Amino acid sequence: MSQVIGVPRETAAGEKRVATVPEVVEKLAKLGFRVAVQSGAGDAANFSDDAYRTAGAEIAADAAALWRAADIVFKVRAPAADEVGLMREGQTLIAFIWPAQNPELLRQLAAKKATVLAIDALPRMLSRAQKMDALTSMASISGYRAVIEAAHAFGRFFNGQVTAAGKIPPAKVFIAGAGVAGLSAIGTAVGLGAIVRANDTRAEVADQVVSMGGEFVKVEYEEEGAGGGGYAKVMSEGFQQAQREMYARQAREVDIIITTALIPGKPAPRLITADMVKSMKPGSVIVDMAAEQGGNCELTETGKAVVKHGVTIVGYTDLASRLAKQSSTLYATNLFRLAEELCKTKDGVINVNMEDDALRGLTVIKQGSITWPPPPLRLPAPPAASARPAAPPPAPKGHAHGAAAAPASARSMAIMFAVAAALFWFIGAHAPAAFLAHFTVFVLACFVGYMVVWNVTPALHTPLMSVTNAISSIIAIGALVQIAPPLAAGTGIDRPEAWIRWLAVAGIGLTAINMFGGFAVTQRMLQMFRK
Amino acid sequence: MSATLATVSYIGATILFILSLGGLSNPETSRRGNLYGIIGMAIAVLATVFGPRVTPAGYAWIIAAMVVGASIGLYAARIVRMTQMPELVALMHSLVGLAAMLVGFANYIDPAAAGVFEGAEKTIHELEIYIGVLIGAVTFSGSVIAFGKLSAKISGKPVLLPGRHWLNLIGLLVVIGFGWRFINTHAVTDGMTPLVVMTVIALLFGIHMVMAIGGADMPVVISMLNSYSGWAAAATGFMLSNDLLIVTGALVGSSGAILSYIMCRAMNRHFISVIAGGFGTEGGKPAASGAQPAGEVAPISAAETAELLREAKNVIIVPGYGMAVAQAQHAVYEITKFLREKGVNVRFGIHPVAGRMPGHMNVLLAEAKVPYDIVLEMDELNEDFPDTDVAMVIGANDIVNPSAQEDPASPIAGMPVLEVWKAKTSIVMKRSMASGYAGVDNPLFYKDNNRMLFGDAKKMLDEVLAALKA
Repeated sequence: MSQVIGVPRETAAGEKRVATVPEVVEKLAKLGFRVAVQSGAGDAANFSDDAYRTAGAEIAADAAALWRAADIVFKVRAPAADEVGLMREGQTLIAFIWPAQNPELLRQLAAKKATVLAIDALPRMLSRAQKMDALTSMASISGYRAVIEAAHAFGRFFNGQVTAAGKIPPAKVFIAGAGVAGLSAIGTAVGLGAIVRANDTRAEVADQVVSMGGEFVKVEYEEEGAGGGGYAKVMSEGFQQAQREMYARQAREVDIIITTALIPGKPAPRLITADMVKSMKPGSVIVDMAAEQGGNCELTETGKAVVKHGVTIVGYTDLASRLAKQSSTLYATNLFRLAEELCKTKDGVINVNMEDDALRGLTVIKQGSITWPPPPLRLPAPPAASARPAAPPPAPKGHAHGAAAAPASARSMAIMFAVAAALFWFIGAHAPAAFLAHFTVFVLACFVGYMVVWNVTPALHTPLMSVTNAISSIIAIGALVQIAPPLAAGTGIDRPEAWIRWLAVAGIGLTAINMFGGFAVTQRMLQMFRK
Repeated sequence: MSATLATVSYIGATILFILSLGGLSNPETSRRGNLYGIIGMAIAVLATVFGPRVTPAGYAWIIAAMVVGASIGLYAARIVRMTQMPELVALMHSLVGLAAMLVGFANYIDPAAAGVFEGAEKTIHELEIYIGVLIGAVTFSGSVIAFGKLSAKISGKPVLLPGRHWLNLIGLLVVIGFGWRFINTHAVTDGMTPLVVMTVIALLFGIHMVMAIGGADMPVVISMLNSYSGWAAAATGFMLSNDLLIVTGALVGSSGAILSYIMCRAMNRHFISVIAGGFGTEGGKPAASGAQPAGEVAPISAAETAELLREAKNVIIVPGYGMAVAQAQHAVYEITKFLREKGVNVRFGIHPVAGRMPGHMNVLLAEAKVPYDIVLEMDELNEDFPDTDVAMVIGANDIVNPSAQEDPASPIAGMPVLEVWKAKTSIVMKRSMASGYAGVDNPLFYKDNNRMLFGDAKKMLDEVLAALKA
């Protein structure tokens, strides 16, 4: 009997997202599940009940009916107290749970003998888990929306323009924290035409910032007292001081600040002080994406947009929900990927396999017993690629040919010259003069060929081969001169005329095939090359 | 025509041949290059026929042989399909080799040609005949086998006789021994036995050498045979004291040698090891190297492929021999055309050894009317993969294998490869999960950003195109 996936309407105030969308309902059905959706669940994200019904979902009239019917519940936000009350024993719940912040909720759910998978507890470092990573997909949407909110509150264009009505300077945007949300914000702001700078304490993300079109602002901090036991702490204090100075300078210069700095399990770091806000130009905007965790800016009011010292400070905590259709679709897909992992047999019955690293990390309650936090991840031995630096670029081996290869080592050059010299000496000592004349021509021709052919573009290697092949039918001359040579009359040499003639005629015939065929096919090929 | 005039004509022909090869440096000048070659050849042949060394008694024979050969050649050139180019080229190499053999024999039995030499000159002349016939015979039999392998008349797998290196060595010693007897004989009839024995050994050696080489090494073999046919012509030139033949042979010979070198470098292998035997033969069992790639393979449908392509801004297509086998180049072009009209930046990445002869892929794409300025070499676009949305691999395997860079124990370690796995998504079109010619499993298939589109390349591409247009 296939299990029923239930999708209730989100009860949190202002939450517009929904845990599955019609498109994904069809895919879930292919895995063998039945899907029930609470009436009106998708309204806020513009998915009507009819759309779900068309996709094959059953519509449950109210929350109670839905929770009763469902074996597995897909939700966005952690369940509220009344929703926990509706849960049946043995039900499976998949949602954002934040187990570290909500120990009480965890106890309540455990009391219901439920199995709970916290999508936020996904071990993100498993590359296999990326397709299920809802934190990333939500953060990416939030980053986008943060820029849109900033643009909404900002009184000017983002892109610089020169118009008949005067020159408009581009907006300058500073983004603190270059995680998923920060990078998404960088990309969006660059797309709107702003000058974007970003900073992150992790110096290694500088390349990612640049790749999104932003400029990485370094914290100018002279490292002092290298080594020593207290190094890290000293550095961190000095570093923070330098970082504050950098933020203060950016605050004076830029029009928009978007902060995304979060430290797991701790209040958000205070990066923007009230003084910095005061120093900003009137009409500037700060979007504080860490508002839910207390905010990166001292003056942020959680959940609201306020104007202080002439600066609009946006502290919304529902940025992803403000793009409900998009975020619902991505979240639904993340959950679908999870369902695939849970139901590898595609028979519509889930199997929470605790041997699977990804599923083990996700599962915070298994049949009523709390399994969070998970044991440290047994990361598979890192792949060979990361363990050692990538194999050195293949060194060109063999002789140094032309400009394309590095010069051969002095030793091998010396050996080559020695061998060549010995060879030439041998030939010079024994060969007659007539042969040497031909030999000169031969050696020089080899070099001419070598120089000329190196210039041939690789795209034309096949025509090159067919044209050289055609040219090598020059051997016909060898046959031509044998067919009827002028013989000095009366020398009386007994010449096997018939034999030679037939050999030569065969030679001419064969090379003629080559000569005409080779040039013709080369011509045919070259005519195909076009721009 | 006087002897001096003939010589001057030969110089003109030589220059035209050099210009002909030079013209191929660029597709724009390449057609003129071919024309130079034709004119040079015409001058050379006419100057010889009307020169001092051919009497009018031979005209009828020459014209008859030429007409027969020309009609066969032109017919073959017209009907050959571009996917069959490697076979045609191999076959033509065999003709040059056979002609060199025949000319060598004819020259040897012609007392008018041999009678004028004395002492060291006679020894050198006979040595030239011997070497000329030797190279000609190896080229002939090797090319015939290469033709058989390329046209699938003979299995493409390397055929390795036990102790094959010893066999070759014994053959070489016998050839040298008979060579010694050959140059120390005085009468033509005495010399015939060593010459014939050597020819037979050379023919067997050519067969044996090419039989031992696997299908993936064919680009090297073809260019090597190309080179041999040049050296055969040069040897004939020495034999006949003809500078035009020497120069032309040397041009062709060095051209083929350079191509072989480029092909070997593209596979990060030594020329000797390619000639000595197929891939993976060193370890006995081909696949037993390093860790087996683990993970799951994510298949994709033609419709989803079309979806990915439609959303992409930058697409790189990496064709391989599979595209040639499936005759899929026209479908590839249709997709390229459609995407380019939509403003997608589509480019082609060509690995030097993709296909069965140097430049094979370029010719196929050119046949399908793909403009050559979007067909790039591996080195030109390998750095662009991180900015590429979709990298589509059509019937290629070893040339996109990341273990060449990541696994030093891999048989193909160090071979330069196209880094398709760095693209946001890579799609590999393949008939099955079978490994490539190198017999190495490909970790690319198991990467998270890789999708497999299973099926015949032509059929799948047609479906992708239909889905794109829908």
